[in-house]
Amino acid sequence: MIRENSSKINLDVITIRSMRGWSSINLRDLWKYRELLYFLVWRDIKVRYKQAILGVAWAILLPLVNVVIFTFVFGILLKQNQSSPDYPLLSAVGLLPWGLFAGALQRCSGSLVGNTNLITKVYFPRLIIPVASVLGGLVDFGISSLVVFGLMIYYRTPASWTMLWLLPLTLLVVITSLSVGLWLSALNVQYRDVGHIVPFLITTWMYASPVAYSASLVTGRISRFVYGLNPMAGVIQGFRWAIMGGDPPGELFIVSIVIVMILFISGLFYFRRMERTFADMI
Amino acid sequence: MTNAIRVDQVSKRFRIGLVQQRYQTLSEKITDALSAPLRTFRRFQMPKSDSKDTIWALRDISFDVPEGQILGIIGRNGAGKSTLLKILARITEPTEGSITIRGRVGSLLEVGTGFHPELTGRENIYLNGAILGMKRSEIERKFDEIIAFSEIEKFIDTPVKRYSSGMYLRLAFAVAAHLEPEILVVDEVLAVGDAEFQKKCLGKMGDVAQQGRTVLFVSHNMSAVLRLTQESIVLANGRMVMRAPTAEAVDFYLSSGNPKAGERVWEAAEIPADAAPFHPIAMRLLDKKGSVVDTVRSTEQFSIEVEYSLSSPLTGLRIGVYLSTTRGEYVFTSFDTDDAVRFEETGSRPAGRYISRCQVPADLLNSGYFILSINASSYRIRRYFHDDSALTFTVNSDGAPGSQWAEPRLGLVRPRFEWIIDKVD
Repeated sequence: MIRENSSKINLDVITIRSMRGWSSINLRDLWKYRELLYFLVWRDIKVRYKQAILGVAWAILLPLVNVVIFTFVFGILLKQNQSSPDYPLLSAVGLLPWGLFAGALQRCSGSLVGNTNLITKVYFPRLIIPVASVLGGLVDFGISSLVVFGLMIYYRTPASWTMLWLLPLTLLVVITSLSVGLWLSALNVQYRDVGHIVPFLITTWMYASPVAYSASLVTGRISRFVYGLNPMAGVIQGFRWAIMGGDPPGELFIVSIVIVMILFISGLFYFRRMERTFADMI
Repeated sequence: MTNAIRVDQVSKRFRIGLVQQRYQTLSEKITDALSAPLRTFRRFQMPKSDSKDTIWALRDISFDVPEGQILGIIGRNGAGKSTLLKILARITEPTEGSITIRGRVGSLLEVGTGFHPELTGRENIYLNGAILGMKRSEIERKFDEIIAFSEIEKFIDTPVKRYSSGMYLRLAFAVAAHLEPEILVVDEVLAVGDAEFQKKCLGKMGDVAQQGRTVLFVSHNMSAVLRLTQESIVLANGRMVMRAPTAEAVDFYLSSGNPKAGERVWEAAEIPADAAPFHPIAMRLLDKKGSVVDTVRSTEQFSIEVEYSLSSPLTGLRIGVYLSTTRGEYVFTSFDTDDAVRFEETGSRPAGRYISRCQVPADLLNSGYFILSINASSYRIRRYFHDDSALTFTVNSDGAPGSQWAEPRLGLVRPRFEWIIDKVD
């Protein structure tokens, strides 16, 4: 009873009314629900490998199989390994951020629809759902990076200080997938077509990014600028530079960052605008 | 006394198209686009404020709830109760008006929200607690209490997909019941579970109220509303038609809304979208000559019929009628496929229009006021539709056994027994 009385003094007063137009991101509310974010990420990771014999080993197996396939198709059949003898490492370094991006995009775009029961039953900042689905991929990413480290040892690639750049680069992958994911997840609530488009989008995007080949194949100022419009191009080249040395990403990278920021901020506001109708439309 | 909740002229408009036409797959969408190109095009435009495609689920609702009150909310399916609760729980926004809330709102709109079948009971307690807005430290503090309440200690590290439905429900309710918000919004949680569990839940709700918290309680179970609340509001077609002491509100609710006595016809707005493929049409009370009546004689047989259509074939369907008193005591439950042979024959029904009719024998009910409920379900698969106060009627006991004495008879039934009087000496 005493606890009751003392807590009454600082009760939150909330006013619910129709919000019109664009609204702010409301970071305070997000912070209040940070534990929910933690639990949703934890749930995603936990559930993904339950009742799977190989469990977490899948996070190593899949990129490894991809590296083998890429090496065979692009390295041997298409003779990429003539210009880069360590092609398996090159493709593994490309596949690492790409795997994080593609997985995050896939889960993020379906995240709101997949959590319909939460959205129609309880209140919490809806942003938590797509953010959690993207962050859930980081554990896989960490495990998959063992493939790259293994190949680095095999090819005797020296570790260098540029590898510290991997942290901000990874952050950029997360923000990029979240930016696109915010748009797609919100659109998916209204138009389920998004679910059909995403697999094609991911495949096409992969070929438009230097995953299976080196970004140095794209030459000429204009084509490089256009190429830089794909934020993943700059990021993947950044990963290669940080681990394997060679050309720093340079101007390609700056274009990528600008594009990501535009996508991210517009995505956030679009999401916030659509958020209030999610429960009615989903 | 301060108000915990202040609802000020709240209205909520829905686009019907959004509620009833949902495109799940691309092929459905293409088929529809080809058959109605204009309509598809219109969907991409912003809704016009007064177009025919919109309905008002709530209209100009205003009321205050003082701190510590348990307020009942009653009304038929589609009256706007759930929409009102969803607005209070901040799940959806009002179109007009505003609501001021003092304190944390906990909603029990459905227990077990966010439970993941692959996770263990322990893991789900943490997850569900976080979803309901509990802090991790709070969950840890109440963890033992939650397990004790749910009575599933032994299975706490088993994935919940291996739980029986009763265990699942107990665990879910246990987490929700320990939320301790200042304002609790409850919808129909008591409609599920066995009698003992329901009693436990009602007890917990009573405790919540004793601690001075505010509770909004929505239920079709009039006896629960009567037991738990002193005051209730009645919603009809999105408007608040009454706020009164609960006994009065319940009487008003039970006696209103039956435009034609003895018959209940469901309108489109009253049928939830997820009832499909089951589509209720009407429920009727017929006397022995077959005419629709709202008063039957205790000494004559009568029938209850449910008319419905199925838009696609259904397996294991059963239509149930429940008879209860206005105080919520059940008199009987009967399903149209109770007979095992009948169930084999008609459990799977092709699409079409049906009437399920049952004959209630003479000399069964005592005089009084009764409520008929209906439930259409496939056992252990799904409940398609239910209406817990579909029809009300009166039983007249003229000519029933013992009517030579004008005194009231105790008991819900008034059977005509064979009495033998032997002289033994």
